[in-house]
This record gives sequence, structure tokens and C-alpha cells, in this order.
Amino acid sequence: MLITEPNLGNADDFYAALLRAHDGLSEDETHALNARLVLILANHIGDLETLDQALRIARGTQVEADATTS
Amino acid sequence: MKDEASAWTQRYERAFQLYPYARSADQDAKVPVRHPVVIVGGGPVGMALALDLGQRGVGVVVLDDHDGVGQGSRAICFAKRTLEICDRLGPGQKMVDKGEQWNLGRVFRGEDQIYEFNLLPEDGHRRPAFINLQQPYFEKFLVEEIRAAQAAGAPIDIRGCNRVLKTEAAADHVALEVDTPEGSYALQAEWLVACDGANSPIRDGMGLGFDGRVFEDNFLIADIRMQASFPTERRFWFDPPFNPGQTALMHKQPDDVWRLDFQLGWDIDRSAELNETRVRERVREMIGERDFDLVWTSIYTFRCCTMDQYVHGRVIFAGDSAHQVSPFGARGANGGMQDADNLGWKLAAVLTGGAPESLIASYQAERKHAGLENIKNSSRTADFLTPRSPAHALFRDAVLDMVQDHAFVRPMVNSGRLSAPAQYEGSPLSSADALPGGPDRTKPGSPCPDAPALSGYLLDHLTRATVLGIGTAVPEEVTLGAVRLKGLSIPADPMVSERYLGSAAAAVYLIRPDQHIAARWPQFDAAALAAAVDRMMGRAC
Repeated sequence: MLITEPNLGNADDFYAALLRAHDGLSEDETHALNARLVLILANHIGDLETLDQALRIARGTQVEADATTS
Repeated sequence: MKDEASAWTQRYERAFQLYPYARSADQDAKVPVRHPVVIVGGGPVGMALALDLGQRGVGVVVLDDHDGVGQGSRAICFAKRTLEICDRLGPGQKMVDKGEQWNLGRVFRGEDQIYEFNLLPEDGHRRPAFINLQQPYFEKFLVEEIRAAQAAGAPIDIRGCNRVLKTEAAADHVALEVDTPEGSYALQAEWLVACDGANSPIRDGMGLGFDGRVFEDNFLIADIRMQASFPTERRFWFDPPFNPGQTALMHKQPDDVWRLDFQLGWDIDRSAELNETRVRERVREMIGERDFDLVWTSIYTFRCCTMDQYVHGRVIFAGDSAHQVSPFGARGANGGMQDADNLGWKLAAVLTGGAPESLIASYQAERKHAGLENIKNSSRTADFLTPRSPAHALFRDAVLDMVQDHAFVRPMVNSGRLSAPAQYEGSPLSSADALPGGPDRTKPGSPCPDAPALSGYLLDHLTRATVLGIGTAVPEEVTLGAVRLKGLSIPADPMVSERYLGSAAAAVYLIRPDQHIAARWPQFDAAALAAAVDRMMGRAC
């Protein structure tokens, strides 16, 4: 089950780290970094159902359905 | 007549002439002769099915519009399951003796190896994961086996230069009009099996659809003959120096022939790429300064398509006519061989064993399931090799960027998910799993995994419907109505236990004639067996 409540110990720190990781990259390099990041995180999550849920939210196709289940 | 026959055989070059045109008595019959089964198309699927039916005593006619096997290696990778099917039919050993065995695949990016896989990391199987063998040899060995079966009385009739012009369906047969170098004649089939390839004239003639996806890419095959000590492995490259930005594949075949396969992209000049000088240049860039002969070249594109229904009344589609896949994964010919394996015993049981026609409907259920699985796997490989959008390319490259340093992305590298036998999950012929603790890989619907048994291999003994007792005795023969089952009792040796018992102390399996599992229990139970046999024969569908 995907966690949709706030779950990061320090959201601001993560957000800053994410921006830092992209600093100085060209657009192509930024896209490549994001693609690698998705694969790394997906493997860590390791659960297809959770990932499907995340994909739907990211795509914006099932925001409401998820709002009712959370 | 001689000139007319040669016009028939000049459409494409053949590797072997195996069934020259000969006049059949049917051509002079006053009323059309009706045969139990007529197969259209003498490729691997049609010939395997004919051999299976003939060995079961079912009269079968094979109509082929040529008089032998076409030139060109075409299919080259024959999977373990195909070899097991050919062991049951006869020519398995000949194929293995001639073929090149391989289990190891290596994947490179640029010049570096990024990944390797062993397809058979398990002992105790008679056959290797794959052999490479040119399709003409595969077909020739099947036909030689048919000739031997004919000599022993099997009712098989192969008719070369016989082309079906028209089919007309009736309730209990199909009427055919067949053209030959000496004019046309009428013929009837109780069952017609169309094994006439991806562009199936029978399917088109019946106006049936064949839907799916076309992949926008071209691949060049160059089969070359050379002396080289490269290992017998499947070697696959992403972005190699000799084909930048594209993929390439190298595979060994018998007779010092090597299959080279180059991805070319979508917008190419076909005839320029097929020009011999250009092909030689490509080959030279790949293999360096060595002597070689070009054996066969071809540019292919591919699509993944399937029919909705594989059975239409008394017309059945098998092999590429029913479903077409991309070549990556070796799922075309190997999938087709499993179609033949699935259909042979069912047609025989309906024609001679009093089984209901619902048994044929189970061919649709089981093989459509397998066809879709093959299409799914081969489409996913194609999507990896031929990204359809910048986003697809981005993720493919992300995988390749990380694969050397990070083991977790290795399973995402997709240069072909190689053919594995279908698991008929939810088959109408299977009974509910009744073996507590039994392994997943041998639950009902699964193909029997091989294992050492009776100082040979288990599959050698599963040549017809069998009641298999493991660690428990079963009767030597069980007769239930028209169905005669072989009884086989074997000890629970370690590999057999691991594959068939799991945590159970003993088991009784009901094995179908195609070596798939129909049911299993902890002990012999005559009533449960009788019910499962009824189900296996289509009486509970």
C-alpha cells in the first residue's frame, strides 16, 4: 500500500537535496538522472501494487480514488 | 507437366526437396475423398502434427504448395520443450546431435559485457535449454521420421505442390479445392488444420482477422560461414562500435554457420542495405579480418498479432497462422511446436477415442493463453530494443547506464525473454490441486519438468496418458472407458522429490499425453482419478 500521508522526516531537506542533485545539469542529463532515480526507488519499494498506485497518482489518473482509500 | 511442376517450385529456392509432386488417387476419385485430418502447410508445425497424428493411427494428409524445405536458416533456436516434444515424436536425438547446444547468454554495451545469464542453472534434464539448428534441418528430420513412420504403417500422406484454392465449411467436414501441376481436385477433411504461416491464405480466405502491433524497425540477418573459435553462446550487443546506436546479435549454428543480426532502424533503403557489398562491409566491421562466405541474407520487420479464435468450426489454426511474434525470444517456432503437441492427442481422442468436441475447444483456451503470453513477452523485448518515444529511450538508457554497477537493474535488461513452455493455468482440463505441500512448478496445468528416473530420464517414460506414482505404487495399467492409462511407479529420488513432491511424502500425478499435468493427489484414489480423467478428456467442460 502506497503511503500518501506525509512520511519524510524532513521534507525540506529532501527537496533541497533533490534540487542540488540537478544543479548544473543540462536538460538531457536532468531527465536521465530522474529516470535512474525512478528505477532505484522502484526497486527499493519492490511491490508492484504499490508502484502501480504511484504511477496512477503521478499520471493524475486516479487521484480521487486514492483520496478515498487513504 | 514437368515444366508446370517446375513453375511451382521456382517461387523460392529450396534447401531440400522432400516431397516432389506425385499424383494421388484422390485426384481421380469420382466423389471427393474424405480424410480424418488435412493439414495445410508442411512447415515444422504441420509436419510435427502430422507425425503425431500418424503415430496415433489417425489418417492425415499434408498439403504443401512447394515440394520441399525453403532455403535460409530462418528459425534457428529450438528450445528444450521443443526437443522434448521431438523426443516423444522420434527425431529429438538427431536434432540434438546435429545442433549446437547452448545455455549461456551474454549481453554487451559497447565493447563491455554488462550481463550474462544461464538459461538452465539446474541439473537433471536430458535436454539443454536450447540448440541452434537451421530450420531446413529441423524440417528434414521431421520428414525423415514421417517416412519411417509411413514405412511402419502410419497413415500419413504428404502431397507436395498441392495448393488449397478454396475451403467451404460444413457441419461435419470442410470441403477443399486443391490445385496441382496437373489441375485441381476436390478433397474433404473432417478437421482442417491451417499451419500455413503468418500470411495464412486459409485465414485470409475465410476473412478472419489477425490483429496486433507493427514495430517500426528493420533488422538485417546475415548468416555467414566462417572458421572461428567464438564460444557457443548467445551474444547480444547494445550500441556496439560496429553498429552504433543500434543492437546486434551473434549465434552459432551447425556447419560453421553464424547468425549475425543487425538492427537497422526504421528509415532505411532496403535494397541498398541488402546489397552484397554493403552487407559484407557490415559483417567485416563486426568480425574483423576473417574469411567468410555469405550463406543467406534477409531484412525483416516484425509485428505481434493473434487471431481472436484459433478454432472455427472444423478449421483449426496452429503456429504462425494463429499468432505471430517478434523473433526475439525464439517464441515463434517453439510456440508453434507446443500448439502441435497440444492438438495432436486431442484430435486423435475426438476422432478415434470417443472424446467430445469440447476437448478441441480446450485447445483454444490453452493455446490462446500461451499465444498471448508469447506476444506479451516478445512485445516487451521489442519495446526495449526499439524505444517508441524519447521517454521510452530514456528509461532504456537509464537501465543500461546502471547495469554494470547495480545488480538490481539486471532483470530489466531485455534482449529477449527466451521461450519457456506454457503453464495452462485455469485450464478446463485440469483438476484442482489436491497435493498439500506440492511444488508450484508441478501444479495442474504445468508441463512436467524432466528429472533423472529409472536409470534414464522421467520424460522418456511419459509417452502417453500416465498415472505416475512417486514414492507410492500405482496399478500398471488403468482402463477407464476408452481411455487406457499407463501406470508408472518411481522412487522418490532427490531431484524427483524436489520437483514433484515438495514437502509431501508421496504423490500420484495424472499426466496428459502432451506431458502436461492434469491432476495430483497425495495417494492413489480410483474415484478421484476417474473424475480427473473425465475432465482431462473434455467431458467436464
